[in-house]
Amino acid sequence: MIEIQNLTKTFQTSGGTVEALKGISLTVEDGDIFGIIGMSGAGKSTLVRCINMLERPTSGNIIIDGKDMGKLSNKELREERRNITMIFQGFNLLMQRNCLKNVCFPLELAGVKKSEAVKRATELLNIVGLGDKLSSYPAQLSGGQQQRVAIARALATHPKILLCDEATSALDPQTTQSILSLIREIHDKLGITVIVITHQMSVVEQICTKVAILDKGNIAEVGQVSDVFAAPKSDAAKRLVYPEGYESSVSIQEDEKVFRVVFNGAMTTNKPMIAQMAIDLNIAANIKAASTQCIGDKAFGNMILGISGGEEELKKAMEYMGNMPNIHVEEIVK
Amino acid sequence: MIADYFASDTVQTALDILKTQFPIAIWETVYVTILSTAFSIIIGLPLGVLIVAGEDGKILKIPKAVLSVLNVIINLLRSVPFLILMIMVFPLTRLIVGTVVGTPASVVPLVIAAFPFVARLVESSLRELNPNIIEMAQSMGSSPFQIIAKVMIPESMPSLISNMTIALTTILGYSAMSGILGGGGLGKIAINYGYYRYQYLVMIFAVVFLIVLVQLFQSLGTYLATRTDKRLKNR
Repeated sequence: MIEIQNLTKTFQTSGGTVEALKGISLTVEDGDIFGIIGMSGAGKSTLVRCINMLERPTSGNIIIDGKDMGKLSNKELREERRNITMIFQGFNLLMQRNCLKNVCFPLELAGVKKSEAVKRATELLNIVGLGDKLSSYPAQLSGGQQQRVAIARALATHPKILLCDEATSALDPQTTQSILSLIREIHDKLGITVIVITHQMSVVEQICTKVAILDKGNIAEVGQVSDVFAAPKSDAAKRLVYPEGYESSVSIQEDEKVFRVVFNGAMTTNKPMIAQMAIDLNIAANIKAASTQCIGDKAFGNMILGISGGEEELKKAMEYMGNMPNIHVEEIVK
Repeated sequence: MIADYFASDTVQTALDILKTQFPIAIWETVYVTILSTAFSIIIGLPLGVLIVAGEDGKILKIPKAVLSVLNVIINLLRSVPFLILMIMVFPLTRLIVGTVVGTPASVVPLVIAAFPFVARLVESSLRELNPNIIEMAQSMGSSPFQIIAKVMIPESMPSLISNMTIALTTILGYSAMSGILGGGGLGKIAINYGYYRYQYLVMIFAVVFLIVLVQLFQSLGTYLATRTDKRLKNR
């Protein structure tokens, strides 16, 4: 279990002090795939670097399985870091070593015998699907392959926790998919705790069980991914969940009421629901913003509808929409 | 006048000198250069590493004052012209070698002049390294020594080789200059025959050999640097 307690971090820069983290408290249970998401500058990278003390927190504690990371000696910290390994956006492979030796690197640091290290590294490279690239150098590999080597390297010392710092942000969508499913697969097989730092909601959606939304150094919202997705409460969460249908970007007329329709796998693709509502209730809705996508015949995403008229019409329209299966509605109050 | 250089008897003496004195002079230049470079690296490499690893206490916790003093010493030694430095270190040379003239004696001032240069070159090579790689090594539990020995130096190896080639060719030039103040080798021949005895042809021969040596060292260095660099694909 990882307990983050009242964590703050301030940086002294030439332009004054910057508060990167302003009192973060968070608990990550063993075996979670925990997403930490936020816009750039929200403090995600600082937060993840505090977990393994690459950044020393200004105040607050990081407690991993009862051990206060801030109180470890340098030597103890180095040993503990073998249990909390990390993969990075830029892969950070050693460019002058081949794949096998890259994966051997953490084992060398730990003083593992060479023959054993080679055996373990070979095994891991096979697991990540690069069994035929043992003697290739990083420069000869694609980005996705390099990240696979980095994952194999991170697993070499049998860690309990894997930190992924924007691990897929430098990869194309297809490669991102394959790396995410590899991380998921490894999590399921080894039962390790994974912390995923990202700015992409799709990454969280795909592999995380829980998510914390970080906004300007604070946690805006924490919860199960499905809950946060279905009904984001904080502004920061809404901005992330509805990147194109965010309410403040919608202009609302004076005599208009607006509400959001969230499609959470609704079977609506072959139903003209807005037209149907106009016929059934005689209420004409104006689509102010929409961001939906269909997977099979199910719709995901959200839409902001404007209704001219009074409270009465709005209520009726919301009830009408909300009664459909897998659709969730909420009024947007300006 | 130019025709005088090629008068048959001058050419004959020059050729004689070429045969009798050049082999040993070339050997002296080569060994002084290589020996001085080796010692300069032995002193300069750790200093360059200290400067980079100690910066802001990122890898090694070295007091700021120590680093400043180190930087000042390096800058001081780098600003003294080589010939003057050579005279200044005469006492040290005498202490170490027992004499201030001759080929072995010239190694001492060469090393004193070159190690600060090597330290700066090492510093610039190590600075080229992506800082994220160091962070990666730290995140995997590297000790400061492991970061230096397993990451910083091996990852900068191609750049270090190129830069040490620059040091080597520079030291070769200095070693020729040391011929004025008792150093041996091709520089001594060029100065003794070309400057003191007006036998320009001999001087030209010496210069030609110096050029050939620089070319050889440079080509070898470039070859090794590209050969070791695994970032160059399909090699």
